[in-house]
Amino acid sequence: MAIELKMPALSPTMEEGTLAKWLVKVGDEVSSGDIIAEIETDKATMEFEAIDEGEITELLVAEGTENVAVGTVIARMAGEDDEEEPAQTSPAAEKPAETKDAAPITVSAPERTETAADPAIPEGTPMVSTTVREALRDAMAEEMRTDDRVFVMGEEVAEYQGAYKVTQGLLEEFGDRRVIDTPITEYGFAGVGSGAAMGGLRPVIEFMTFNFAMQAIDHIINSAAKTNYMSGGQMRCPIVFRGPNGAASRVGAQHSQNYGPWYASVPGLIVIAPYDSADAKGLLKAAIRTEDPVVFLENELLYGRSFDVPQLDDHVLPIGKARIMREGNDLTIVSYSIGVGLALEAAEQLAGEGIDAEVIDLRTLRPLDTKAVLDSLAKTNRMIVVEEGWPTCSIASEISALAMEQGFDDLDAPVLRVANEDVPMPYAANLEAAMLVDVPKIVSAAKTVCYKD
Amino acid sequence: MTDSSEKTPVTRAAKGKPGKPKRFKADKETLLELYRQMLLIRRFEEKAGQLYGLGLIGGFCHLYIGQEAVAVGLQSAMNEGEDSVITGYRDHGHMLAYGIDPRVIMAELTGRQAGISKGKGGSMHMFSVEQKFYGGHGIVGAQVSLGAGLGFAHKYRDDGGVCLSYFGDGAANQGQVYESFNMAELWKLPVIFAIENNQYAMGTSVNRASAEDQLYRRGESFRIPGIQVNGMDVLEVRGAAETALKWVREGNGPILLELKTYRYRGHSMSDPAKYRSRDEVQEMRDKSDPIEGAKAELLKMKVSEEELKALDKEIRKIVADSADFAENSPEPELSELYTDILVEKY
Repeated sequence: MAIELKMPALSPTMEEGTLAKWLVKVGDEVSSGDIIAEIETDKATMEFEAIDEGEITELLVAEGTENVAVGTVIARMAGEDDEEEPAQTSPAAEKPAETKDAAPITVSAPERTETAADPAIPEGTPMVSTTVREALRDAMAEEMRTDDRVFVMGEEVAEYQGAYKVTQGLLEEFGDRRVIDTPITEYGFAGVGSGAAMGGLRPVIEFMTFNFAMQAIDHIINSAAKTNYMSGGQMRCPIVFRGPNGAASRVGAQHSQNYGPWYASVPGLIVIAPYDSADAKGLLKAAIRTEDPVVFLENELLYGRSFDVPQLDDHVLPIGKARIMREGNDLTIVSYSIGVGLALEAAEQLAGEGIDAEVIDLRTLRPLDTKAVLDSLAKTNRMIVVEEGWPTCSIASEISALAMEQGFDDLDAPVLRVANEDVPMPYAANLEAAMLVDVPKIVSAAKTVCYKD
Repeated sequence: MTDSSEKTPVTRAAKGKPGKPKRFKADKETLLELYRQMLLIRRFEEKAGQLYGLGLIGGFCHLYIGQEAVAVGLQSAMNEGEDSVITGYRDHGHMLAYGIDPRVIMAELTGRQAGISKGKGGSMHMFSVEQKFYGGHGIVGAQVSLGAGLGFAHKYRDDGGVCLSYFGDGAANQGQVYESFNMAELWKLPVIFAIENNQYAMGTSVNRASAEDQLYRRGESFRIPGIQVNGMDVLEVRGAAETALKWVREGNGPILLELKTYRYRGHSMSDPAKYRSRDEVQEMRDKSDPIEGAKAELLKMKVSEEELKALDKEIRKIVADSADFAENSPEPELSELYTDILVEKY
């Protein structure tokens, strides 16, 4: 049975090549793996190997011929007599039609259904003043009590009780099987955690700060975020990467950065950045329970602040739901994490000047609660976004784009980004203060969009 | 500091040593089965190369031809359903050795809905959680940390399982490999680190990239014992696997195997092959081919040429069938673009 040898594609982009040299002649017996010809592509000279066994019966393209299209029959050989494989009948030309000239393929993202609202807190529930630090610890401890698969791993999480004391008391309660000190190897333990999650556990991986997670970002994105998609929904990676994010105080450029926008740009990740204690607790519990990988961004400057937490057996909040922190009619201030506190302060000041601001805490950065943002914009017609982070390619940029694309008719003024200055964090106290977003900057931007400055 | 013989050097860790592996004594049926698996990988990969040349497989495609004895030998010693496996991007062979249906692998290579990852993973990203095959990872060295994590999960659950984490001589120079060695030994994780040393990381030979090119010694500073194995002999590989498994299952922590092997084909399909001579490749094929080696042994065991020929024919049929299936299966529905991104609804 004759076997046709076709001009092969030797790289993902090759469409044609030069048949530089034949290394066989008619009558030669070849077997699988023998090199038949040298083919030049735009990148390199490649060897073309035989796959079948048999005798070369015809060479159809002469040595030195240029621009031989992929799929052209270049030689024929006689197969072994007992060869059962049919001659190849599917030249490259038959590959699925190029879509270049066809109508654009439009597949739109499925509409998000409305996210469940926060569960109602029963009347009479006592509220307990709790620091954000304690709320986070309580969330982990509660989940560890109910699910043996949950463990905490990171630098200084066990005997030292947490570099910022977030894991205080966990070692004592759960022992060193479930509260594990690691060596200083972020890339390695982020990978160990991701592997353990793939293997069926529920790791909570603490980064001493998210600045150090840059060493581990490969596992967060390439291993954790993409696994479910790449496996066609077979393999999951239910893991929480948590730790302080954003600027602390006087620690300079390498230790002061907000990674919210970085992670929020990655499909496959959930990104949460809570402000107060009740959200820190309710959302961390939800993060530990979900089947998806979560980046949970805390803030060092908030750890010691106290807020009320409802005293409930199981305070869990929905992921992907923003929260109106203060209702208002004149403009919307959107923020998250530490920015929410600044926004609330600015709103108080604005109220004194007769401007009634609505403050929205995004809480989850991915998936964004776009409906909450757009509904508020429809009500106030003016919006600013407060972000303790760089302005370029930020969450604020994303919200601005959202307002323009989906809320254009509701806008009475351009959306403004009120963010940090676009520079690395300086050390000097005065420069640091000048670099960071603050209340006067927010008040000024609010007045600008209200045309009251 | 080693008590090695010329043939199988073994590094000794401070705590003791795993002992020198013995070549596995296979009966006729067992060797025939190992031969069948190696031949299936060889023919499958040849076909994949052919389909690539025809434009039916896109992107990167890394063939396993020449290295078959490694996956088949190691895999044959593992407990299916209990132990876990993870590897890099050159993963077709490992999947076949694990008994995963060639059709769904080939259909993944051609990017079809029926592929094992619904056509969304491709050659480098294939998984079968059901069979505890955890991929198929495209980032060089990532599978070593992930594999240590799978080992961590075995130990945490105390389920008796061992993770076999494969990587190449190229990955052996990645920093995260050593971070993982450190934690694996520190926590005595049940992991076999299997370095498939095929001598070339893309086009860079081991001794052009490695200050210590005896890779079985790369665990020494972490007190992980290492064994160098002839990866071109499936029974040597199997023997080493048994020694390694015994060591790990006894709770001694991880072990390192360096399997000296050779890849006949380029790193990927678009490899200009300028970094080694044709003679070098031909010599390996002629003198060390794992399939020819097993075949000679089978003939000595009085398996007939006819029987082997019939086996070859049967395998060619399986491979042709998988290629037909892969070619004729439809591409994924466009709606699949937006599925499997997240597991839950928010």
